[in-house]
Amino acid sequence: MASKLFYEDVEINMEVPPLTKETSTRLSVLWAGASGDYDPTHYDVEYAKSRALPHSIINGRLIVAFIMEMMTDWIGSRGWINKLQCELRGMHIVGENLICRGKVVGKYIKDGQQLVECEIWTEDPQGERKARGTAVVSLPCRS
Amino acid sequence: MGEESLITEEMRASIGKVFQIAVNVVERGMLKRYVEAIGDTNPLWQDEEYARKTEYGGIIAPPSLVATIYMRGGSMRNSMPFEMPLKRGVDSGAEWEFYKPIRVGDVIVTLRKWTNFYEKKGRLGPMIFYIGELSFINQRGELVAIERDTHATY
Repeated sequence: MASKLFYEDVEINMEVPPLTKETSTRLSVLWAGASGDYDPTHYDVEYAKSRALPHSIINGRLIVAFIMEMMTDWIGSRGWINKLQCELRGMHIVGENLICRGKVVGKYIKDGQQLVECEIWTEDPQGERKARGTAVVSLPCRS
Repeated sequence: MGEESLITEEMRASIGKVFQIAVNVVERGMLKRYVEAIGDTNPLWQDEEYARKTEYGGIIAPPSLVATIYMRGGSMRNSMPFEMPLKRGVDSGAEWEFYKPIRVGDVIVTLRKWTNFYEKKGRLGPMIFYIGELSFINQRGELVAIERDTHATY
């Protein structure tokens, strides 16, 4: 977190340092308490199966939180997420690792801000893409 | 859509109307519980000494806090001041724009607006999509973030 990312250091196709999260029923329960969303789909396997799901699944908003964590870890305290869009497509099964990834797809200066555009997504342990979207962050200049 | 439309007059009448769905005081303990739950160890959300030296001058909330159900006014039903024709829902994602940091002690008001509803035949039968927007406003009247969301029901 102490690392400082500057606009000048960013190149197209650069990888955002990935963030791997271990998941568990305990995590889902912690998340329920912290977020206020007690939907049992995320921590009760029997209930999830009664809703035609293969297993309990990670809350979509928690997936978003992990993606945002990856981005704020990368950009540091002087960077800012201007915009982040995320489509929740596939499911992440509780108990499986969830890997957040990102790649720089553009950089430009607009309205006096140094902006970097990234493709962002999550993968399951088999490398299958689940949530996906884009993020625009603003970064400080070296000069 | 014709006469078979599931979208009611009551729903149509709500399009474009802005209404308040939540007021949250951002407490230190709530923030601590939140970042510990997700396992986000960024000192900007936790370490007062570290955060004081940043340009924020103190702890701020991680951006994802606005995506939690507290900040979004509880269940989707609270966002819908009308009878929902289809009851089962799925969160299909959203888009956020962030304008200002949220600090400990801030009082955040959440406003809901629906911009469009549309119907589609899905794998599981008829579906209604709700397209809307949430605005998060602090006690100084500043817009801190917006969320544009799509909620599918079937």
